[in-house]
Amino acid sequence: MPSLIQAKDLCVTRHNKIILENVFIDVKKKDFITIIGPNGAGKSIFLECLMGSFIPDSGKIKRKDNLSVGYIPQNFSPESSMPISVERFLTLKKKFIPQELLNISKETNISGILDKNLANLSGGELQKVLLARSLLNNPELLILDEPAQNLDIKNQLNFYNLLNRIYKNRDISILMVSHDLHMVMSSTRKVVCLYHHVCCSGEPQIVAKDPEFISLFGNDMAKMMSVYQHTHNHSHQEILND
Amino acid sequence: MIEPFIIRAIIAGVGIAIIAGAIGCFVVWRKMAYFGDSLAHSALLGVALGLVMGISTNLGTIIICSLFAVVLIWLQQKKILATDTLLGILAHSALSVGMVTLSLLEQSIDLHSYLFGDILAVSSAEIYFILFGGFFVLIFLYFNWSSFVLMTIDEKLAKAEGINIVFYQLLIMLLMTVVVAVSFKIVGLLLITSLLIIPAAAARQLANSPEKMAIISSLLAVLSVAIGVYSSLYLDTPSGPSIVVASTIIFITISVFSFIFKKNN
Repeated sequence: MPSLIQAKDLCVTRHNKIILENVFIDVKKKDFITIIGPNGAGKSIFLECLMGSFIPDSGKIKRKDNLSVGYIPQNFSPESSMPISVERFLTLKKKFIPQELLNISKETNISGILDKNLANLSGGELQKVLLARSLLNNPELLILDEPAQNLDIKNQLNFYNLLNRIYKNRDISILMVSHDLHMVMSSTRKVVCLYHHVCCSGEPQIVAKDPEFISLFGNDMAKMMSVYQHTHNHSHQEILND
Repeated sequence: MIEPFIIRAIIAGVGIAIIAGAIGCFVVWRKMAYFGDSLAHSALLGVALGLVMGISTNLGTIIICSLFAVVLIWLQQKKILATDTLLGILAHSALSVGMVTLSLLEQSIDLHSYLFGDILAVSSAEIYFILFGGFFVLIFLYFNWSSFVLMTIDEKLAKAEGINIVFYQLLIMLLMTVVVAVSFKIVGLLLITSLLIIPAAAARQLANSPEKMAIISSLLAVLSVAIGVYSSLYLDTPSGPSIVVASTIIFITISVFSFIFKKNN
């Protein structure tokens, strides 16, 4: 599989503190990678480096030519003093065909809320709208920064279910920062554990057994990861139908 | 026959209202009211600088206000003090240095008109300054509108989509600087923020898109200025406060009506 983004030896130092040290990643076509790590581990800056909106102090990033990336930021909460409809927000600074907007609205279940004011949406609706916006240029790679952070359990599962569907139906790779282990274990092919450096990476069950992972997250977390791993075939159907 | 000074007042007032209404939306969206207020306070130092250097007070104001914005951004990056603390220090020290300098100058100036505005004393040179400044602001707003709006909704998203956040932050501050510099002699430096905020806040209740909010805000500002100038002429009230009183009445009226008709978005 050809690589979409390859990063090597990324280093970032801020205020004499090492944020990233020799961090590397290789995102290939049809990859579904989740980055996990404690708060302040440098995950968001790492994503910004990959997208090119933050220049690392040193290191190499190789991007496929004309790679199109969709991005969902962390903690999105629009200012209520600005009146703007969902549809206008989706199309702000985007080039697309009208049919594309219709299709993506259907794909992400937001057809019914296109006329709503962005500031009046619920957390679950907002994340779907962001997902729709990120899909508008038909990206080859989706980058999500803790997309379900502020959602309740039901909405989290809905969102991840939708994300899984998009991953299956489209020719798309996903790179995500997430703390939601049930999702990490059931969908992700690959986990990268980041704490300023790449502690370990690989398939979830291998990461869960890695000593560095256990020292970082504790034994309980490692146990939880393997518990999820054993039961990852179970279905959430009764909760997921909305 | 209408007196030329009245025509000048109307042109100046309408010009200022249009740009203040549009920029005012960003002041509301981006919560920059205190910044605008501080900028206006520093304008008095600009007047002092203009008089000391023997250059136009308008130019002095632009120089000082731009300097103010740059120093503020620089101090903000240091993250030692909160922004409102920084603004308080900068605004009131600039105002005080300006006042002390002005009092040391032999020249007598009408302080009252700087604080509360005097639209009827607008000169032709100042009209050109307003029209040129207003044109500059509207052009920049028009061509960068989507970027400004996207950045205002979410900076991280805008940054990821290739928008240079620092550049646009500086640009919006520069545009506010121009608005303050061209309008503080008419509205008065104590009241500029209200001309920026009140029409925008009233427009928020009528608009369902950012563009409509800006246009309605400009129209409401023009209406406020027209009523203010009219009462300033015929009732001999100070122009700045008259404009603000008019915009407040408009704001209350719209608020009451939108409350009754539940038009609130």
